[in-house]
Amino acid sequence: MRTFTGQALHWEFRDGTGELTLNRPPANEIGQQMLEELEHFATALETFSAEINVCIIGSAQRSGFSAGADLRELYNRSLPLDQKARLAGVRDFIERIHRVFNAIDAAPVVTIAAVHGVCFGGGFELALTCDLVVADKMARFAFPELRLGLIPGFGGIPRLRRDVGNALVRDLLLTGRSLNATRAHAVGMVSQLAAEGEALHLARATATHIAKFDAATRIAAKQFIKPIPHSEIQHEKELFCKLFDRPTVMAALKKFAESTDPMPYLP
Amino acid sequence: MRKTEQTLDEILALAAKHFNVAPGTLVPDDDFIKKLGINSLQALDLLTRLENHFGVELPDYELQGVSDFRTLASRIHARL
Repeated sequence: MRTFTGQALHWEFRDGTGELTLNRPPANEIGQQMLEELEHFATALETFSAEINVCIIGSAQRSGFSAGADLRELYNRSLPLDQKARLAGVRDFIERIHRVFNAIDAAPVVTIAAVHGVCFGGGFELALTCDLVVADKMARFAFPELRLGLIPGFGGIPRLRRDVGNALVRDLLLTGRSLNATRAHAVGMVSQLAAEGEALHLARATATHIAKFDAATRIAAKQFIKPIPHSEIQHEKELFCKLFDRPTVMAALKKFAESTDPMPYLP
Repeated sequence: MRKTEQTLDEILALAAKHFNVAPGTLVPDDDFIKKLGINSLQALDLLTRLENHFGVELPDYELQGVSDFRTLASRIHARL
């Protein structure tokens, strides 16, 4: 489908550009519904990639790009399951999200994440699949997973390491602190810094410019400069599942799920 | 050399302006979460504005338990 409006996503491929809009309140948490629609999007992106030059991924939610995995859903789905079934469910989700993220990462079009507000956990990992990250100066990036006894599980660490130095990767991973867009731009994690509320406009202007270039050259350039770190991603998946399979994680998820804070992932 | 009081004054002015509070109604020992009536997302927004204004980074963990403007000013001042 060239256009689609679901419960969590909207996309449109038109006039040489694709736009995927994350739109699931309160903060585009990535749960089963979002995953299913992302899978449809990945198929559509592959089908129509010859018709477009650039695809922009943005958010219609005021809170930000995405707060990451839907941890309340994860807890509630895991709760009635025994340990073996719980791990199998998580592994299935991880494998499926990786297929989507790898498809976006390797798409033969230029992908631009237009980021504002919170860009945490799995949302940050989604942004890192894109070729360019255009961020509003009020955007913040974080990997808060260690608070839950986990590491990022959607390929975030290998992809971040692809872009920036190990010192920053370790800082974000081991402290869980959030990084503002200005600093993220200074270290090369963000490609372009936008004024407040202007990330999508800047991404569209960039898309218009990129569309002028020869498609075959663009594809070759992307393949040359942006290999997917498959081996590290596989290692990350195994480590994530190993860590998930511990009682401490369910205890942390329980605490998270029972929090009355509408956005408990925030520091 | 910048003094903590100057940092504090700038924080009070920035918070008043951004959250549409009349200048002078915020004082250093106010609990800014309660006084401004802000949620965690808005607190994060305030943190980003302060970082951008002062050109510093404030790790989230340094702000845990900090709710008054005076302590916030001292945390920022330590990184200027």
